[in-house]
Amino acid sequence: MKLDIKYNTIESVAGPLVVVGKVKSAAYNEIVRIRLGSGEERLGQVLETSDQHAVVQVFGPTNGIDVKNTSVSFLGETFTVRASEDMLGRVFDGQGRPKDGSGMMLRGEKRDINGEPINPASRAMPSDFIETGISTIDGLNTLVRGQKLPLFSGSGLPHNELTAQITRQARVKGSNENFAVVFAGIGITYDDAGYFIGEFRKTGAMKRTVSFINLADDPSIERIITPRLALTTAEHLAYDRGMHVLVILNDMTNYAEALRELSSAREEVPGRRGYPGYMYTDFAGIYERAGILKGKKGSITQLNVVTMPSDDVTHPIPDLTGYITEGQMFLSRELFNKGIYPPVNPLGSLSRLMNSGIGKGKTREDHRGVADQLYGAYARAQDAKALSSIVGVEALSESDRRYLNFGNEFEGRFVMQGPYESRDIEQTLSIGWDLLSELPESELTRIKEEYVKKYYGKLGHNGEKR
Amino acid sequence: MGIIEKVSGPLVVAKDMLGSNMYDVVKVGKSSLIGEIIQLKGESAVIQVYEDTTGLKPGEPVESTGLPLSVKLGPGLLGNIYDGIQRPLKLLERQSGAFIGRGMAAEPLSKSKKWKFVHNKDVKSGSTVGEGDILGHVQETDFIKHQIMVPHGVSGKIGRLESGEFTVDEVIAEVHDGSKAHKVTLAQQRSVRKAMRVRRKFRADEPLITGQRIIDTLFPIAKGGTASIPGPFGAGKTVLQQAMAKYADSDIVVYIGCGERGNEMTDVLTEFPELKDPKTGRPLMERTVLVANTSNMPVAAREASIYTGITIAEYYRDMGYDVAIMADSTSRWAEAMREISARLEEMPGEEGYPAYLPKRLAEYYERSGKVENLNGTVGSVTIIGAVSPPGGDISEPVSQGTLRVVKTFWSLDASLAGSRHFPAINWLSSYSLYTNALEYWYEKNVGKEFTDGRKEAMKLLQREAELKDIVQLVGEDALPDSEKMLLEIGRMLREDYLRQSAFDDIDAYSSLKKQDAMLRTMLHFAKLANDAVKRGANVSSIISTKSRTEISRMKAVRDGEIESAAKKIINLTDSEFAALLKEIDAGADTAKEEAKRNK
Repeated sequence: MKLDIKYNTIESVAGPLVVVGKVKSAAYNEIVRIRLGSGEERLGQVLETSDQHAVVQVFGPTNGIDVKNTSVSFLGETFTVRASEDMLGRVFDGQGRPKDGSGMMLRGEKRDINGEPINPASRAMPSDFIETGISTIDGLNTLVRGQKLPLFSGSGLPHNELTAQITRQARVKGSNENFAVVFAGIGITYDDAGYFIGEFRKTGAMKRTVSFINLADDPSIERIITPRLALTTAEHLAYDRGMHVLVILNDMTNYAEALRELSSAREEVPGRRGYPGYMYTDFAGIYERAGILKGKKGSITQLNVVTMPSDDVTHPIPDLTGYITEGQMFLSRELFNKGIYPPVNPLGSLSRLMNSGIGKGKTREDHRGVADQLYGAYARAQDAKALSSIVGVEALSESDRRYLNFGNEFEGRFVMQGPYESRDIEQTLSIGWDLLSELPESELTRIKEEYVKKYYGKLGHNGEKR
Repeated sequence: MGIIEKVSGPLVVAKDMLGSNMYDVVKVGKSSLIGEIIQLKGESAVIQVYEDTTGLKPGEPVESTGLPLSVKLGPGLLGNIYDGIQRPLKLLERQSGAFIGRGMAAEPLSKSKKWKFVHNKDVKSGSTVGEGDILGHVQETDFIKHQIMVPHGVSGKIGRLESGEFTVDEVIAEVHDGSKAHKVTLAQQRSVRKAMRVRRKFRADEPLITGQRIIDTLFPIAKGGTASIPGPFGAGKTVLQQAMAKYADSDIVVYIGCGERGNEMTDVLTEFPELKDPKTGRPLMERTVLVANTSNMPVAAREASIYTGITIAEYYRDMGYDVAIMADSTSRWAEAMREISARLEEMPGEEGYPAYLPKRLAEYYERSGKVENLNGTVGSVTIIGAVSPPGGDISEPVSQGTLRVVKTFWSLDASLAGSRHFPAINWLSSYSLYTNALEYWYEKNVGKEFTDGRKEAMKLLQREAELKDIVQLVGEDALPDSEKMLLEIGRMLREDYLRQSAFDDIDAYSSLKKQDAMLRTMLHFAKLANDAVKRGANVSSIISTKSRTEISRMKAVRDGEIESAAKKIINLTDSEFAALLKEIDAGADTAKEEAKRNK
């Protein structure tokens, strides 16, 4: 067995990398166990292998590793996790070790955390509408089961509250199916981790939740594996156990920074802003693990937090994320400063799978048109606002003034709602109609005529005035 | 037989490889992963592996196949979905389930299915044939006659010639070149990295009709032309590509999902079999070949997928068909090149991309064209490539390298997309260099009024943009009525003509007839409106006319009713404006009378 061979041939240690010499045949991506002189053990992974040496990335700090007393053994397998239903209700650290004082996971089949790419021909098209109870999401950027949708946020914005609210309220109409939450905290603070665990406990979701927590002061290299552990667990729950799994990866920016750290330690040619050129491919290996498979009951939906450095959406992390995920929720500092919660700015947000989840039989026949019209009107309101800041409100044309007013009403009545307020889709759409009914009927060109006839001007038709 | 020396990600270095050629396909390791030699150094070779290399060790064997990376071409391609190195994904699913395992192999074309081959009447035993000549055909779908051609590098006298039912690997003819008898089967192999020879290229003279108003009217693309769609994420590149894959009037569509989302391919796979080709009425899938190497599939195979796609396209072009390629996205292809180049430790060019990036881009787009094939037929390959520039900034190398070679530029605009104006093609910064070359075709097939209308519309939109700049400074109320009217006309063209919903059953596809009728009606309205304003009509009474509302609903009119609808609206416009002017005149008369009385 390979386990028995211990190499005492460390040639160099630099950053998170260790080069082991005289290794004949280490396998690419193989896991290694590093035993320090003190007896402490750490895990690592082979990043490059040749007939002379192996380059190993250490999951954890490299302090204490020396050239003389440290030995390395190759385990002959890749990084795995024993995934089972027993994990529900448990909290693990970023490497998958129990963090809650209960025992190790012994049951379950070992699964390679890197997973394998889903065959595009085996995917089923996501089309089940997830009602989050949040108007700006359900109404304008509908989420569906099997989708991957990030929250583009910034430091200080309430993405944690929003994530928690979605987790609390999300449901699929008319279904009582098995659901589970897999939460991966990637480089988050102790406070934030506590907030989420507390929220899960409070709402009783804890027993349906598996948490992997890599804290901000945990080794950054560990962040490379934390999301993969979470997704591998989710794949087991979804495809072997038939559950509908919501995976929350929070925060992908910390993940990307760990990736950059590793890349620079390997002296790779840097891409934009020092991030490695393969970051797109690497991100895809995580995000693309959301979806639904033909013939399987479960599904994986991803909700990822990406904090944009200095709110810059063109920064490589949100940029590459947006190119892979199926849309994004854009949190706006401007709305937040106005006191609007949730500060989701509809103009930067998008759900690419919205069309497959809405319409007759799923939400309502006028949903698409209402969403388009609200968008168009809100965009015009923004133009009018920009104009009014230059020429003053008085110089605006009557129609611009009307849109300016619409914009304010829209933010205050449609976007804004309480963190514990859950609106069903009918409610959301009727608020939309209330707002649209303030505009002249002839301007509703994005909605089919029959729906305009049916819903226009029927103020508060769904009950009393909101 | 070589031996692995080093493994680093998708790159493997093998020694004892003397005798293998550059770009030979090799089988790497005990699990026979497929790779390609991309560098030779003395006795060792650098190999890019098309599959995940996890578990590969130094010391494992490497075996060269002695052949360059090639695809198998023959009946059965249509309706299929392949990965970047032409492994059929549906077959892989049957073999390894929903996840793609490593070292999987599967035949691209069914080995057991029999096709009815009929040889051409003028082809007989004894006749002389050359490379590319058509021997006969197989009816691949109801509308596609799959021509069976003499393979590359083969010519001579026909010996045996069969007709009847054959599988793709059975011999249907023999060609003697004096020294050797070449066996010809229904399927042939072609190397993907080399363009197929043609007799000559023609100048573009016929548009590829896409059914998208802004494209066909303002920025048309020619059959055999090239186009680029750069845009930030969320601007609608993929939706536009898919719309064109659905409605473009080519015979065959090759859709390459290069490093993009898995669900997008699923979308195509679920939707296309149910949609009908507007030209033939058959399911769209029957004219489509999908090449899907999604973002999470191995990066080296992503690099190859672009070539696999175009080689399939050239093959159908050689039969005399018009083929359109949708490559989504070429940036991911360039990134795959960059990733491999970095692992080779090549000196990086701009933004880490290899210095040969512009050359590769140019070589690729040059494989497009309307051509006379070696066998005398005329066919075309149109390439429409999406580009995903980081942050939407097109000053980056892939966009710039592409723009130097393509002739049509559909510039997607984030702010248009943000206000849900789709397709978010910016009409001010986009261009088509085919407009002049295609003018004759449009005049002949649609009419002079349409080509003039296009110019007029473009002028109005330009003028509107200038006015909007002024409005930004002084507000709309400060403008004279005639300019306010122009703004309203600009809005009409933008909202009611250029905007088009890809998700509405009727609006998704606009025939040229419909485009002509809509444009004519709108410009008629614009002309009367301008005149009326000059004579003192006020803008708000003009835009609240019934004809204005009717115009905004023209999108929803079906093709068959569009002519009568246009006529009705034009008549309505005429009468409404006549009434408006009469009122003004009457008003003027009363004013005069009043003035008189006051005197």
